[in-house]
Amino acid sequence: MGTSQTAHLVRRVLYLVPTWLGLSLLAFVLGNVAPGDPGRAFFTRTRGRPPTPEELALVREQFNLDDPLLVRFGHWVLDAMRGDLGTSFSTRRPVTEELLSRFPATLQLAVAAMVVALVIALPVGIVAALHRNRLIDQALRAASMLGASMPGFFLAYLLIIVFSVKLGLLPAIGRGGLENLLMPALALGLGESAVLARLMRSSLLEVLGENYVRTARAKGLPGWKVVLRHGVGNSLGAVVTEAALTFGFLLAFSAIIEQIFVWPGIGRLVLEAITQRDYPVIQGFVVFAGTVFVLLNLVVDLIYVRLDPRVNLGSRRSLRGDLGSRDG
Amino acid sequence: MNGPLLTVEDLAVGFPAAGGFVRAVNGVSLSLSAGERVGIAGESGAGKSVTALAIMGLLPVPPTVVTGAVRHRGKDLLTMRERDLRLVRGRSIAMIFQDPVTCLNPRLSVGRQVVEAIRAHEPVSRREARGQAIELLGRAGIPAPARRFDDYPHTFSGGMAQRVMIAIALSCGPEIVLADEPTTALDVTIEAQIVDLLVELCDEQQAAVMFITHDLALLARFADRILVMYGGRIMEQAPAPTIFRRTAHPYTRGLLSSVVRPDGAGGARLATIPGAPPSPLALPPGCPFHPRCVHAVERCRTEVPLLLDVSSAEHRCACHLAAELTPFDAAQPDPLGIRP
Amino acid sequence: MVDATEPPAVDVVPATPITLRRDATPGWEPDLPASLLLRRLLADRTAVIGLVILTVLVAAAVLAPWVAPHDPAAQDVLNKHAGPSGSHLLGTDQLGRDELSRLLWGARASLLTSMLLGTAVLVIGSAVGTLAGFVGGLVDAIAMRIVDVMLAFPNFLLVLVVVGSLGPGLFNLSVAFLLAGWVGYARVVRGLVLSARERPHVETARALGFRPARVVLRHVLPTVLGPVTVLWTVRSGQLLLALAALSFLGLGAQPPTAEWGSMLNSARDSLAVNPALMIYPGLLITVAALGFNLLGDGLRDILDPASR
Repeated sequence: MGTSQTAHLVRRVLYLVPTWLGLSLLAFVLGNVAPGDPGRAFFTRTRGRPPTPEELALVREQFNLDDPLLVRFGHWVLDAMRGDLGTSFSTRRPVTEELLSRFPATLQLAVAAMVVALVIALPVGIVAALHRNRLIDQALRAASMLGASMPGFFLAYLLIIVFSVKLGLLPAIGRGGLENLLMPALALGLGESAVLARLMRSSLLEVLGENYVRTARAKGLPGWKVVLRHGVGNSLGAVVTEAALTFGFLLAFSAIIEQIFVWPGIGRLVLEAITQRDYPVIQGFVVFAGTVFVLLNLVVDLIYVRLDPRVNLGSRRSLRGDLGSRDG
Repeated sequence: MNGPLLTVEDLAVGFPAAGGFVRAVNGVSLSLSAGERVGIAGESGAGKSVTALAIMGLLPVPPTVVTGAVRHRGKDLLTMRERDLRLVRGRSIAMIFQDPVTCLNPRLSVGRQVVEAIRAHEPVSRREARGQAIELLGRAGIPAPARRFDDYPHTFSGGMAQRVMIAIALSCGPEIVLADEPTTALDVTIEAQIVDLLVELCDEQQAAVMFITHDLALLARFADRILVMYGGRIMEQAPAPTIFRRTAHPYTRGLLSSVVRPDGAGGARLATIPGAPPSPLALPPGCPFHPRCVHAVERCRTEVPLLLDVSSAEHRCACHLAAELTPFDAAQPDPLGIRP
Repeated sequence: MVDATEPPAVDVVPATPITLRRDATPGWEPDLPASLLLRRLLADRTAVIGLVILTVLVAAAVLAPWVAPHDPAAQDVLNKHAGPSGSHLLGTDQLGRDELSRLLWGARASLLTSMLLGTAVLVIGSAVGTLAGFVGGLVDAIAMRIVDVMLAFPNFLLVLVVVGSLGPGLFNLSVAFLLAGWVGYARVVRGLVLSARERPHVETARALGFRPARVVLRHVLPTVLGPVTVLWTVRSGQLLLALAALSFLGLGAQPPTAEWGSMLNSARDSLAVNPALMIYPGLLITVAALGFNLLGDGLRDILDPASR
């Protein structure tokens, strides 16, 4: 890896800083212009009754809620740089601890969903490309269109209705063995598999039209070798890049699926924090997720270099724009 | 000589495209004997490349429609099953293309692509294949082949990439090498080197060459026999000296006079054949060349001329006026300055 | 070579099968007349199906107050979870409300809201993108830095964070979408404007000294329109799904309001008793998103056939 590539990677990591600051400031400001007092909300939740003015003042002091916004933000940033993201209003545990303890569950779900997506998408995309515009291609196209349009939470409930309610085969909630993982992973991964399958199809078709594929055939290689080594091998770059970007979305969207399947991940934590107005957790989550995404971008870059010897990151357009460009 | 290695009989190729049905090749018959060097000349769209691709079975069928026969060792390659055809490709018949850099897989090292070609047909270990590949690359003129083995194609120039392609083509000792405009994308200075290398290596291996080009002068360097194609048909074929000295077809004559002569004469090179080649989507009736032919008479517009003997069975021409236009006394000017 | 004019390049046989497309014109054609575009649109099966789906759903949403057989909020606790009948064609929900009426009214909150939001986001994003692309310099640099930072984060999470900080509700959710959604357009439109600026007639107009606003309106906007329409269609579909998802999480439309996502949420408790309450809104969300996706796909094919 050349120096320009290292420089590129360093630049990418440095991009973290404005992302973090911008997003957490946004969360900070919004939390304060929003109606409702977080201190009151906290007291009401923990004691089961609204606070008296004295009690409220005490709570607000405890959480430094009376300091000016920018002062609080400054303190928060300084603490964050030391890895201290504050204390959760509702559980009184350090936010960093909360996030890290919940992350493995989310990661497990996202990885499983990614596996589901790839296991479906790669063969489907390849078959569709090899039977371009024939019936099977049309059918797969329609299926992937449907897959991309069906919201994950609806699919999740369809799965629950069939496999838990009607058939009683799989547990509807909780985290545990493989039987717990199956439905959440499917609900989360199926939509992405539709996107990836179409990408696999189109990039394989593009590669199969390349001159070097013709060369491979002219060498007398068996058809499967031509398709796999020269076709799929060369179209995988686009798919893997997209898959890595998709992985970020799986992490993001897992919030919904975690909520449905009562999966103790980070998404559920944030949703709880939102309903309880637990700002330290929300802000901590912003920092955490921002970091994860920047790191993912790095991974994508590195995959790119490995897959294509021609790529030099120093001169390549950043992939940054691709990451957030979808929100469905 | 005991009969031709490869015969093409009445080959026709067409495929649907935007705007209609392309008739790229319309009844081409040719043959290739062992060790022979045949040149096919013609402008873009003449059907030269398509003929070669049809011989190799590299056209997408369907939607492409291929009729006729391509006989090799008594078998018709056109009706052969794909898995039998694969044993012919690369081993008996190899092919080299234009634009060599795009013909190499950018993601695989050059050496691996040569090894792959060897191991497609020879039951050798990876190590042995590697040794063979390095030797082949060296013979194809790649300097320091052992060191370049693991390099990727994007680090090769066009000329060097074409040398790699030649190494790949010759890796299994083919009987026939089809070279489809192998020097078109290269610098003129490299062109002669590549052509000489190809001819030399094919001679060593006693492989027949079918060399496709739009440059008739290039063929003068080495071809035994030359076929001139136009509008998907063979217009004229003859031993190389005959083509240059007793040119029978007005189109061949046009091609010849459009060549820039080595002595600098005949400078107005583009003025000779007016108009552009016909679109294979809409070939004119009759002789495909008649709209651009200064000699064209009424018959040329309605009747397709057959490829008939001119003076001998070796020299054939598809022109109604061949008898009137062909010089029999070798008094024709020598456009290339190649006559001794 | 014999002639200076370009001969048809048919000698190069495409290695991939040649598709028999209805339309094989390569690349964008920004200057196509609208009537021709419409004709192509109506010839594209995918686009027509998408268009029909969306038209039906939008009509249902607009006409809901007149065609809905019941008040969507009218409860009838004695008649909970009723099956389909003459007066309740799709039965009743967990509070005895007419399911069909709620679905029709729900089309307003789900479909019309997302289309309105999609349009608002488009206007803001296009304005920023056009300004950045046309003015350039510092304005461009600042706008694009903001866009870069915001795009580093998935839009969905951004919306989640904003609505989480502001508190749940359809209004707050809309604010969140507006804050988060414009960036995607801004970048695309800026790119289009930059390339449109390079086009000869735009350069000429600028050189002739026409006012920038006029140049933008007359020359740049038309070239941007096609891609932006495709983007609008695709993004509105994504907005619909995101809106439904967030309402489903309880962050969007609040309970008495009929909205497909929150209807799905309310149906959770009666999952075993009456799964139909879940399936109806879920199907409608899917079909609506499918409509957007089909139309977007068709439009892309028409405007940029090379993309397929």
